[in-house]
Amino acid sequence: MIRNDGRSHPAAAIVSALVRSTWPVVVPIAGLVLWWLATKDKPASLVPAPAEVGRALWDLAVGGLYDDAFSATLLTHLLASVSRVYGGFLLAALIGVPLGLMIGRIGVVRAMFEPTLQILRPVPVTAWLPLAMILFGIGPRSAFFLVFLGAFYPILVNTIFGVRSVDPRLFEAASMLGASSSAIFPKVVLPAALPSIFTGLRLGLGFAWVVIVVGEMTGVQTGLGAIIMEARQLSRTEIVIAGMVVIGIAGFLSDQFVQWLGRRLLRWSPQYA
Amino acid sequence: MPDGPPILDIAGVSKTYRTGAGEIHALSDASLTIDKGEFVCLIGASGCGKSTLLRLIGGFEVPSAGSVKMYGAPVSRPGPDRGMVFQDYALFPWLTVRGNIAFGPKARGLSRQEVRAACDHFIDMVGLARFADVYPHQLSGGMRQRVAIARVLANNAQIILMDEPFGALDAMTRERLQEELLELWQRTKLTVIFVTHAIEEAILLANRVVIMTPGPGRIQSDNRVGLARPRDVASPEFNAIRRELSRLLVSHHGAKMPAAARPQLRALV
Repeated sequence: MIRNDGRSHPAAAIVSALVRSTWPVVVPIAGLVLWWLATKDKPASLVPAPAEVGRALWDLAVGGLYDDAFSATLLTHLLASVSRVYGGFLLAALIGVPLGLMIGRIGVVRAMFEPTLQILRPVPVTAWLPLAMILFGIGPRSAFFLVFLGAFYPILVNTIFGVRSVDPRLFEAASMLGASSSAIFPKVVLPAALPSIFTGLRLGLGFAWVVIVVGEMTGVQTGLGAIIMEARQLSRTEIVIAGMVVIGIAGFLSDQFVQWLGRRLLRWSPQYA
Repeated sequence: MPDGPPILDIAGVSKTYRTGAGEIHALSDASLTIDKGEFVCLIGASGCGKSTLLRLIGGFEVPSAGSVKMYGAPVSRPGPDRGMVFQDYALFPWLTVRGNIAFGPKARGLSRQEVRAACDHFIDMVGLARFADVYPHQLSGGMRQRVAIARVLANNAQIILMDEPFGALDAMTRERLQEELLELWQRTKLTVIFVTHAIEEAILLANRVVIMTPGPGRIQSDNRVGLARPRDVASPEFNAIRRELSRLLVSHHGAKMPAAARPQLRALV
């Protein structure tokens, strides 16, 4: 029998694939170990031990450990947050993409909107919080508005950028091939700007997850931000951390989904393929 | 065919660009008549206006003075009858090879079957049948340029304008594409206007070499190349023409050429 060299040997390939797949978990495990060492044998510590957070997460998800107001409520809070994140994000996309297309393409619209938007953009979402509560009341509508605001600017800015940076050669190629000037927008500008628009949507969704906690500081009863705020007032730090972990994982999964979508829809783009 | 106006008549065309630093005379008083089926190379140093002339024929620019007429009708905008092949390909990256070639026929409102037939025909003609459903970024430079050529052919272009189309390709690929282009030209009887800065490429391809000089860009001479095809770049005749054209290309240094409104067509062989 002819021996394979090490690289193509199936067993060796499996081992190297296993080694590669362990790299991403090295840092979280190291962090957990440090955390565990730092909180070990310190019952009075304000920072709970990892095991305590694990128990809190379990109780939050399925209950049966503490049987308090937090037990088995995770799904309700998660769904409330997810609906606000995606609701605010969708509204931001619904307004941000068409507005960005118009600002990028139509000079008058650009002249009218761009200066105002440039001044509003640096205002942090947190600064909008008091005003949002006055305008939309204490409750989910304020949260929704703040998430919308967080997702809006990245979507808008990237859409404008995508429209403005279409290779002018492509306009020449299209008109040389007989495309009418009204066909240029749907046939050239829109597809050429898609990768940028998609980048904006991805960033916007990321920001929506970032601002959800701020959004849910507005006095709503449900949501991951709401339980974090409530647990903070009750000094239940292990629930605060459990909520942080859930937000992290939910945001990560949602970003993975958008990336997967991008790879499918933008197979033609060297950026995504 | 002496009846009717020529396929392309360029009469006294000038192009001036206004910039912050003043006016730039890209092209000054250029006149040229091109007959159907000719293969014309525009050659000259950068700044001689060869690309400007090509873009004026394409309708991408409007002349500051003079006129460009195709079959007697003034050219005012880009159109499918004058297909442009750009050096950087300018393919639509979001469309497959087939999609790029179908773009023109679709824009002109052909039926689905006609679009499909045109695509199949020209994909086959440029030898890309196996790559019909591939996106441009997955193709080599030579293949992308084949797609760009098929794209204008599928659109029934009568004049093919090529702006240093093989300038970004490696030598081997360039030679192959030059051969393919010549074969295509002989088969289709198209009119080709080809901008290059390589003398050898011009002599290999063209039956007319128009030499242009910079500062301001103008046509310096119009030379007929009567060498039999296929042409042998190593033959003494080829080299004699190369020497003569090189001499003409550098002769504008120093002495100012008399501005011949319509330069005499000279025969080199």
